[in-house]
Parts: sequence; structure tokens; C-alpha cells
Amino acid sequence: MALEVIGAGKSFGAFRALDDVSLRVAPGTVHALLGENGAGKSTLVKGLIGYQPLDQGQLLLDQREVEIPDPRAAQRLGIGMVYQHFTVAPGLTVAENLLLARGRLPLRIRWRQVQTELADFMARAPFRVPLEAPVASLGAGEKQKLEILKQLYLRNRLLILDEPTSVLTVQEAGEVLGLLRGMAHAGDISVLLITHKFSEVLDYADAVTVLRRGRRVAGAPVEQVSAQRLAQWIMGESASPAVTRPLDRAPRPAGGDAPRLVVDRLTVHDDRGLARVRALSLAVRSGELVGLAGIAGNGQKELIEALCGQRVAVGGTIRVDGMPFHAARTQMHRHRVFALPEEPLHKGCVGPLSVADNLALRNFDRPPIRRAGGRVSFAAIRAQARRRIAAFDVRPPDPLRPIATLSGGNVQRAVLARELSEPVNVLIVANPTFGLDFRAVADIHARLIEARNAGAAVLVASDDLDELLTLADRLLVIRGGRIVHETDTGACDRAELGRHMADGH
Amino acid sequence: MAEDALTTLAIGIIGGAIRVGTPYLFVSLGECITEKSGRVNLGLEGILVAGAMSAYAGAYLTQSAWTGVMCAALVGLLLGLLHGLVCSLPRVNDIAFGIALMLLGIGLAFFFGKPYIQPQAPQLPSLPLGAWIEDARWRTALAINPLFPLGLLLTGLLHWGFRSTRIGLALRLVGDHEGTARALACPVRQVRVLATAAGGACAGIGGAYLSLVYPGSWSEGLSSGQGIMAVALVIFARWRPLGCLAAAMLFGATGALGPALQAIGYSAGYHLFNAAPYALTLAILIASARPHRTLAGAPGELSLTR
Repeated sequence: MALEVIGAGKSFGAFRALDDVSLRVAPGTVHALLGENGAGKSTLVKGLIGYQPLDQGQLLLDQREVEIPDPRAAQRLGIGMVYQHFTVAPGLTVAENLLLARGRLPLRIRWRQVQTELADFMARAPFRVPLEAPVASLGAGEKQKLEILKQLYLRNRLLILDEPTSVLTVQEAGEVLGLLRGMAHAGDISVLLITHKFSEVLDYADAVTVLRRGRRVAGAPVEQVSAQRLAQWIMGESASPAVTRPLDRAPRPAGGDAPRLVVDRLTVHDDRGLARVRALSLAVRSGELVGLAGIAGNGQKELIEALCGQRVAVGGTIRVDGMPFHAARTQMHRHRVFALPEEPLHKGCVGPLSVADNLALRNFDRPPIRRAGGRVSFAAIRAQARRRIAAFDVRPPDPLRPIATLSGGNVQRAVLARELSEPVNVLIVANPTFGLDFRAVADIHARLIEARNAGAAVLVASDDLDELLTLADRLLVIRGGRIVHETDTGACDRAELGRHMADGH
Repeated sequence: MAEDALTTLAIGIIGGAIRVGTPYLFVSLGECITEKSGRVNLGLEGILVAGAMSAYAGAYLTQSAWTGVMCAALVGLLLGLLHGLVCSLPRVNDIAFGIALMLLGIGLAFFFGKPYIQPQAPQLPSLPLGAWIEDARWRTALAINPLFPLGLLLTGLLHWGFRSTRIGLALRLVGDHEGTARALACPVRQVRVLATAAGGACAGIGGAYLSLVYPGSWSEGLSSGQGIMAVALVIFARWRPLGCLAAAMLFGATGALGPALQAIGYSAGYHLFNAAPYALTLAILIASARPHRTLAGAPGELSLTR
């Protein structure tokens, strides 16, 4: 199916989110859509899917002009979307989710018949997900596969994928994109792929369109572009040097070999009472950045939450500088333990509070913000906020704005500003760049390395293996709640890492 | 003699479970439907009382108990609809409005119910399921009110319907994940309004039971908080209709403990035993609480547990 967009435009009040954008997805191809956060990719795609119709512009499907006023219309035309945030109901089973996706259901559902149909479909599908499992029990990778399966089940012929691989391992990502490209080249589907990863564009797309600030800045067949070219298009001429500067990694300071953060046989349960971290041990030394790699859902989340004090461990100990650590506020302060939890807006901030208040969450109960008699000085909170906003380049630089109104990258910058403004001994980090654009990623990576260079023990859990390979001195692979592999980043082999992450041979 | 007393006690409890448990069953099934859609209706107590009053008035005016039940269901439906519609407005909190609705329902019932406190309305006749048994105690216990089988039917229907009908799946989808429901073009607001209305109708029928079966008259002190307890029951039942049935029966049984003990001549602490259902609720909720886990089966969009 061919898709052509001509002169698409969309405004939100005075803000022009999308301005005269045209692109063409040739039938049987994978077309990549690139751009920074806020470049207008989501706005364009929401228009194509009928979620938020466009103000101007023509849409042509197979040379025929169409109107897509609502999601139902998109579905009728065979356009399907795989969202970055999962759109499956976690409390329902895989089978129920697939069935619901079908749209028009009979009043009475004959489960026996439906199950046979679904089993048939699953047998022919490029990958499998257990039909009777509740979606909440699936890992992120499996959920992403379910999202794609849903579109295939609906027989949609134009798939729009919004960063479909952000939660997958390298192998899974390669597998999923490879299968999609195979299906496209066989003429079954056409794909519009939104991504931040250049390697995915170069390896799996046939053509690429780049948006910047709501306008189309470039488009070309993939054979004619390089990673450098793409970066230039995305950033514009004013690409800041910080983006292109390689990470400035100091040699590990000598004598810092005593482990700072020691986790000993830690066991942690998830919300449903299942053991997700099983007697796990690890140690991080001063001036060392340790990467925790693994397929999402293997216990990283629970481990990080236990280290950050967001979850109670049921067994084992955590020690910081030799002292038992229960992530109590006084201990965090004394041992200078800081954290960048994943989804910082939800796990590291209070959304409706201002940026200034959020920046003071670590130290509002200490001088200079705390005054005599337990009063809090709002002047001191604002002054601190202005300093930190300037130092970490949080935009817009307005300390009184609710933090939930900031973009993802700027929320992450604000959390970094809170956690890294004081000397740090231990830094716990989870998926620090999930869903962030190129510029924000480079910025945040530089900050993490800076903390490491200054002597902090840094533990970074990430679903993005490339990120860990860039950052880490040493890599640990977690699978089934245990550390199953350890290697120096310099000496490691991606394929081998992938095998350890998947099933270990 | 002791054995005989024990049999009397057991029969009293079984009969009482049905007698006391039926209104709990209807109200908790109603709340179950509402909460499955992701809304909480704390106003069920008001709907229950308004249902009791309108059932009695309807039965008195038409001299037909079943018309009274219909009136109660209709009034419950309308009050539920009101809750559903008001909570669909932006920035309306369903818990706050539920409490307002509770007071509204009780107030309306007291206002319109004044003239019906004295007159005698026809009651729902009981089904003598135990007519073939010699033992009079069993005959009494098995003289089941006709609303109970209706409740059983509804339980079965919901248990099957939540999984195996289009409406049931849509209801659970909306309650579980609003974003997904929207992406699938499922009319979220409509489903919630209808679910709340249906839940209200069930609670209304529960009210009809109070005034037309047991205790069987209309007065202002008729309800003993069944509408509020139903919210706890649904949590205890983990949002499963069969669980609601079990919980309602358990509550009925403990509620009947006092009278049943009195029937065998043991009347010390009668009022203490009357408090047994409430003590039991607390005990069960504490025992089943897991501070570090989420409630299994809770609808994802529910404001109570989110």
C-alpha cells in the first residue's frame, strides 16, 4: 500500500506543530521518519491514524484521496499503529486483547472457536506470545511483539511504528525489524518507522524523511545517506559541539578498588509477590560505571527499585561504603547515594509541583532551605532552582512551571540537576535515555561519565545495549533475577552478550 | 438435645445467610459492574435506601410487590445514570460525588417516604422450597425469597458475560486501560455511564429486598450500611461475581449468627454478635492485605486502588 502526504499542517493555538510536510511511503518499503522530540513526528502520525486530525494537507492511499477523521476510519483503510506506550490492556489475556483489537465482535463470544482461530494465526505469525497469559505477566519485549501481532492479526497493510524497538534487546530488535522488512519487501505491508536510532534507519529502512521544528528538512533513499548526514539534518546547522564530542572518559582512579556499593544475595519480589531478583550479588567500585544489561522483565526493575528504596527487599543485604543500607533518607544523605529512576516523571518527580519544588526534594529539610522552627524558605528554593536550571540547561528556564509540562528530555535534565549538583558517591540509574532525542541522550551520557570520572560508583541498568556499550567500564548480564555473565566492555562480543541475555549457552 | 440445638443453629445460619445476604449480593454485584468499568460508586447506600423507599411506595400504590421491585430498579438506574453522567464531566471526582449521591439518595428517600411509614404494602411471597421436608426448621430456612434465585442467576450471568460477551469484554477493557480502549475506538464514556446505571439498578433491587422481604417495611432506619459494606465486599471478592456471591453469603451467615444463637436460647452478647460482619470485614481485609503488592484482579483504571 502506498501512502502519500501532501502539505500536512497542524497548529495548537499559536504554536505551529506541523507546517507543510510532505512525504511518500512507496508500496512494499520501510520508510523511516526521524527528528528530535517535538519535531512534529507524533503530530503527523496522530493525523494519519485519525487520533488528532490534521488542519491542512491531503492524504493519498494508493493514489486515492482519503479522509481520516477518526481511528475507526484509519482501521477501515488498513492503517495500523504500534504506539511507543503500550496499548494493550494489562489485566486482560493476550487472547482477549487480540480479540478486542478486531473491532466488531459478535454479541456472544464463542471462545472455543476464537481460540482455534487465534492458535492458527499464532502458528503462522513471525513470533509467538502465549495466548492465555495475562498481558501484565509479559515482559516489555513480549508486549511489543503483541502490539505488532495485533496489527498483523487485523491484516493492516500500512503499519506505523513509533520507536518499536526501544524496549527490545538488540537481537529482538533485529529480529522484529528484519521480519517487518521481509514482509514489506514481499509486498504484504508498507511500514512507516519512527526511530531515534540511526543504525535502524541504515540497516532496515529503504528511505528516510527528517523533520525539524515541524518542517520537513530532508528526505532521501537510505543508500544515499550516512549517520553523519542524518545527525546534521536532525540537529540543523547549529549542532552544538556537546552532541558530537566523544565521551571524555578519564582513566579509572587508582586505589579506588574498594567496592562502594555491595549487593549481597539480594532477593526482591514484584507487586504480585513473585521473586524477580533471586539471591543476586554485585559490587561497584569507586570511579567505575557498571552496566546492567538484560531483556526487560528479568529483575532489573525490581533490583533498581530496591536500591532506590522504592521496594522492600525480602532477603539479602545492601552495603554502601561498608555500612548496611536500607535506602532511608538519612542514609542516602550520609552516604551520598543518588538515583535516576526510569520514567523520571513518575518515579522521580511530583508532576503537578513546580520545577523548583522538584529540584528541592532532596534537601528541603536541610539548611539553607530549612529555616529555624521548621519553616521552609521559598526564596532559597527558587534561588537553588535558578542555579540548577542554568547549570543543567533545563528548558524552558522557568522554575515555577509544573514539571509535568516539560518535555521528557527536560524532565530528565531536571532530575539530573537534582541528583548530580552535590558530590555523589553512589549513583543508581535506570533507562536514563528512554524515549529521549539525540541531543538529550548525548547530554545525559556526558553527565553520567562526569559523575564516574569524579569518583562515583555508578550502576546503570538499561534495555539499550548500545547505550551500555558506550558508557560502561564493566558489563553484568541479568537473567531470571541473577547475574549470569560479567565482562569488561572493551573485550566483549555483542553476539555473546545477546546469547547470555536470551538463554545463555 | 445438644445435637438438636446445633442443628437449629446450623439451619438458622444457612437460612440467615440467604436472608441477610441477599441485599449484600445485589449491591455488591452492582458495585462489581460499576468498578469493572473503572468507576467507583460510593453512593450505592443512597441508591439502596431510595430503592427501598420507592419499592415500598410502588408496591403500596399499585398493590403489586413486583411492580415495587421494578420501581426500585428504575430509581436505582436513574440515580446510577446521574452518577455516571456527572462523573463523565471533566475534573469530577467519582469518590466525592459518590458521597454526595449517598446523602442525596437518603435525603430524597426520607423526604418522599414520610407518607409510607405507616401503611402496609404487599410483600414478595417466598418460595417454599422446603415444603416437602417434615422438619419445620428446615421449612422456614428454605422458604427462600424470590429475589435470591434472581441474584444467583445474575451472578452466573455476570461470571459468564464478563468473559464471553462483547459487552463484558468492552466493560473490562474500559476499566482496565482507558488508553487502549480509546485506541480501539471503544466508547469509554458511554460504557462507564451504562455500567454505573446498571450497577445502580442492582443496588435499587437490593433496596427493594429490604422493604419488601426482610425486614419488610419502610422506615428511616431500614438500612444498616449494606450499601457501604458492598464496596469492601467487592474488594474482598477481587472483582469476581462468584466471589461477590461467596462474600455476600459469608456476610449473611455472620450477620445471622446473633439471631440464630438467640433461637437456641443463647442471648448473651446479642448485639456483639450483630457486629460480627463488620469485625469479619476488618479481619479479612487485614489478613489479605499485602503492603508491597498490588491487589490481584483490580481494574487498572479504578481510582480506589490506583
